[in-house]
Amino acid sequence: MKEETYRRPTAGQHPPNLSPDYKSTTGRSPRKPAIALPHTLSEITGPLLAAERLDAGEADLTRQRMAEPLGERIIVQGRVLDEDGKSVANALVEIWQCNAAGRYHHPGDQHDAPLDPNFYGGGRVRADGEGKYRFVTIKPGAYPWKNHHNAWRPAHIHFSLFGPAFATRLITQMYFPDDPLLAFDPIYNSVPAAARERLQAAFDMDLTQPEWALGYRFDIVLRGRNATPME
Amino acid sequence: MSRGLTPSQTIGPFYWGTLVNAYRCDLARPGMPGERIEIVLKLHDVEGAIVADGLFEIWQANSHGRYNHPDDRRNLALDAGFEGYGRASTFTDGCARFGTVKPGRVPWPEGGLQAPHINISLFARGVLNRLATRLYFEGDAALAEDPVLKMIEPARRDTLIAKRDTQGAWHLPIHLGGPKETVFFDV
Repeated sequence: MKEETYRRPTAGQHPPNLSPDYKSTTGRSPRKPAIALPHTLSEITGPLLAAERLDAGEADLTRQRMAEPLGERIIVQGRVLDEDGKSVANALVEIWQCNAAGRYHHPGDQHDAPLDPNFYGGGRVRADGEGKYRFVTIKPGAYPWKNHHNAWRPAHIHFSLFGPAFATRLITQMYFPDDPLLAFDPIYNSVPAAARERLQAAFDMDLTQPEWALGYRFDIVLRGRNATPME
Repeated sequence: MSRGLTPSQTIGPFYWGTLVNAYRCDLARPGMPGERIEIVLKLHDVEGAIVADGLFEIWQANSHGRYNHPDDRRNLALDAGFEGYGRASTFTDGCARFGTVKPGRVPWPEGGLQAPHINISLFARGVLNRLATRLYFEGDAALAEDPVLKMIEPARRDTLIAKRDTQGAWHLPIHLGGPKETVFFDV
């Protein structure tokens, strides 16, 4: 039986599990090296969630409540690709974020900023046949956290991707270009320097709609398949 | 064209209610072929303390050993309504619970079969990369010949083997570090 397998990430693409400037990693990171598994059916298959029914409204986070949320309306659009530039067709893309004031719709978020009754902050969309996806939302606010003195998270949107296999599962965060807080954020800076700018969306005037919303482009690159199938 | 991988980031503490608004913790409707099982995954940090804000995902074959995925091209039955995917976060007791059916055996690329197992992804605040591990079933006759377990030093194999309680539920503690650190896989 020949199976297609997925390429292993080379060093320097993902953050190390132990990134001491991000304090929570100290108590939550394995110290022993992960054991490399050959890619068997268990790793090259994975949930495609193809039968999942998505409501069209899930892609527009500004229209999930009675009225529009406060904040700067934005369009976030991009493609889900693999390392070879091939589309990941029909990929399910999930996002979640805080509101424009920097507060999550979550009981554990105690930041002294207002909740917005018109903003929930979760969205899903299925990419098209070319891997293209598009969300409408509001720009999330920055918010403080307790990692260190005067710690602030830069504005970010959480992304969840499954890709074609268990091996390609990815959860990440999208940041906004030229945010001055990026330089101080230990989560963003946990990614090796050569790779971390991949987490910044690009402002895109072509995506921007006159009189309506700013456009940001964010492509997501998942692992590519090995060129030569394993015997 | 070669493109750089999008780096991983933590799920953070605030996914619940937005990313996850409905758990998929029951994978098998009544009547699904196979042995119905309950799984309890309990998450601990490196000090052994309970982690109450982690998210577990599971991926498994059906009772015939068939994955619901186009790259599993074997001539084995798919069961209507069984996707094989579940997701649930840990509660204040550190546990995430799933109801499913025991998976069948799936092949090893070099020949033979793997022991029945469930593939596990773990996300949490403080966890920058998805952690992958597996759950095996104590007492299963196939454990001794499983090629993945054979790759692991014997003293650590137990970290992957769930034990059954008196009510029949399968329990697997997952330790992010410390002396009982779970075996995690680079998949």
